[in-house]
Amino acid sequence: MPDLVIDVRNAVKQYGVGAASIFALDDVSLQISPGEYVAIMGPSGSGKSTLMNIMGALDNMTSGKYFLDGIEISAMDENSLSIVRGRKIGFIFQSFNLIPRTSALANVELPLAYQGIKSAERKLRATKALEVVGLADRMSHEPTELSGGQQQRVAVARALATRPALLLADEPTGALDSKSTHDLLDLFDQINEAGRTVIVITHEHDVAMRAKRTIRMRDGKIISDELNSGKVA
Amino acid sequence: MNLFEIIRFAFRGLSINKLRTSLTTMGIMIGVMSVIVLIAVGNGSSKAVQDSLDRLGTNSIQIRSGGGFVGGGGIQGARSRGRSSTSKPLTILDAVALVDKVNAPSIKQAAPIANATATCVNGTSTSTPSTFSGTWPSYFEAANSRIAKGTYFTNDDVTQARRVAVIGNTTATELFGSENPIGQVVRCGGIPFTIIGTTEVKGSTGFQDGDSIFLAPITAVQNSITGFVPLSSIIVEAKNSKVTDLAQAEITTILNTRHGIKAGGTADYQLFNQASLLTTSASSSKVFTVLLGAVAAISLLVGGIGITNIMLVTVVERTREIGIRKAIGAPKRIILAQFLIEATILSLVGGLMGVIGGFVGSHFMIVGVQPVIVPSSVFLAFGVSILIGVFFGSYPASRAASLRPIEALRHE
Ligand SMILES: Nc1ncnc2c1ncn2[C@@H]1O[C@H](COP(=O)(O)OP(=O)(O)OP(=O)(O)O)[C@@H](O)[C@H]1O
Ligand SMILES: [Mg+2]
Repeated sequence: MPDLVIDVRNAVKQYGVGAASIFALDDVSLQISPGEYVAIMGPSGSGKSTLMNIMGALDNMTSGKYFLDGIEISAMDENSLSIVRGRKIGFIFQSFNLIPRTSALANVELPLAYQGIKSAERKLRATKALEVVGLADRMSHEPTELSGGQQQRVAVARALATRPALLLADEPTGALDSKSTHDLLDLFDQINEAGRTVIVITHEHDVAMRAKRTIRMRDGKIISDELNSGKVA
Repeated sequence: MNLFEIIRFAFRGLSINKLRTSLTTMGIMIGVMSVIVLIAVGNGSSKAVQDSLDRLGTNSIQIRSGGGFVGGGGIQGARSRGRSSTSKPLTILDAVALVDKVNAPSIKQAAPIANATATCVNGTSTSTPSTFSGTWPSYFEAANSRIAKGTYFTNDDVTQARRVAVIGNTTATELFGSENPIGQVVRCGGIPFTIIGTTEVKGSTGFQDGDSIFLAPITAVQNSITGFVPLSSIIVEAKNSKVTDLAQAEITTILNTRHGIKAGGTADYQLFNQASLLTTSASSSKVFTVLLGAVAAISLLVGGIGITNIMLVTVVERTREIGIRKAIGAPKRIILAQFLIEATILSLVGGLMGVIGGFVGSHFMIVGVQPVIVPSSVFLAFGVSILIGVFFGSYPASRAASLRPIEALRHE
């Protein structure tokens, strides 16, 4: 196993050209080791989501290099990236991004199906993932029949079902009440304790404090990167 | 992921939005159906024109004595412009000689015609048929005259010179009103004739009422009205409308021999046929076909734009979904395959329903025309709609699937 699960070097993301151009990421470098639990904080528009999307292989950058598990993602083409997305990364969006009018179970099965896993095993693993997030009794419900917290847990189950080494969550608690937030964070603790790398974007201080390391951003730059007091990296 | 599973995905994708699916299918169906029916209507009406021309007898050729007289049917094969001093009249033997399987293979039959002018009287009603002819039973087929009520007169009636007659609709109405004319006796030129049949309505050829007609055995007419003067004409029926030119050549050869006309000499008879009418009908139905072709092309285009529109809207709607699928690791080719299969199912089902609808719709009279389906229009409409459906169903999806997931997800 390589020393770093994430190795971002001099990432630049520029939107627009000329005078109107914006640097969403301005020469960002970031290294994360396997098994870390990292929180990313910063004011709105500071580039957190941009960085997260690049780490999740969902977006490209204007310049710079990105290695995931030692593989250079920034050099891969769109076609080969689907394997990386499917196998290595579990991505949780702030807005859930479930497939509409499709049951919770089918949503969780979907990434497994794209990996070519057979229907029976798929069902088993998806059911297990839904049990882990406490939705065993809601498997046949469609997204519109679930509360925000339940939808977010379906999204977490979908991210976990493929057993990715890296879990990325962009403001996963933004739409949740304190109880749901608490449940979700407990889940992240469990996942991290199982040895997986967890990276969470958040605006909330107590959410960030559950992580072991906090990175702060402003204007597309990392302005601080420190271990949370009382925690061991 | 195997094909079977992708097909299942495609069906699930279609069933997720039933309204969108049924609207798309219906759009394709209506496009295909309207093209098929429209072209069938065009084809049907040009067939109707052809049929009515056929009913007027486009296979028949008329032979008249002498030259110089030009009738409405157009002049064909006439070389003389004046009555030759040695001219021979047309005789019944000429008519007999024309029915010759060896020398005149294109001629089906011939009938001599002796025309008269006579006023017929039934009580206080009178009628002067524009055609008052003595002829043979073969006339009816040669002139495409079918019996509506009653019977034809027979060869026996001709031999016996019986005073029986078949009359047209106009003549029947003038003489008998709404009464049944069969069995009634009328006096024409003072001679009593028993009506034994009426002909089917022929309509007007534009210059003559085809239903103002009185037909009797030639012997009866010659005995009692005209006397034994030469024939007015002989009517000849070609085997079909394609061999009328051949039939004319055969008539010319036979009559030239019989009348002693040398090559280059002037004929003492004239041939008339419906060639001019045929030409007119051909050109008018050509114009019609071109016109309907244009209409069909436009409706196919409009239908195509409709299909394209629905497909594009569908994909725009689903670009977010494509983004989600990509974000969780869907390879581009599987997304493409799913959308291609969805589009194919939609187009196939819609296209087939359109073909069925077209066939059903073509069974009904439309603005007085019985549509006749043109097979190639079915293939064209089906093929084009499938192509459009499949292309516009999968091309925008392929563009969406080429986007980075974040771009697709941001799509509004
Ligand atoms: N598609 C885009 N086109 C142009 N500018 C963009 C685009 N996406 C993001 N930006 C800009 O990039 C900058 C960083 O955006 P980003 O979404 O990363 O912020 P963020 O830190 O996640 O903010 P928030 O906390 O509100 O989610 C912002 O100034 C934003 O306006
Ligand atoms: Mg953000």
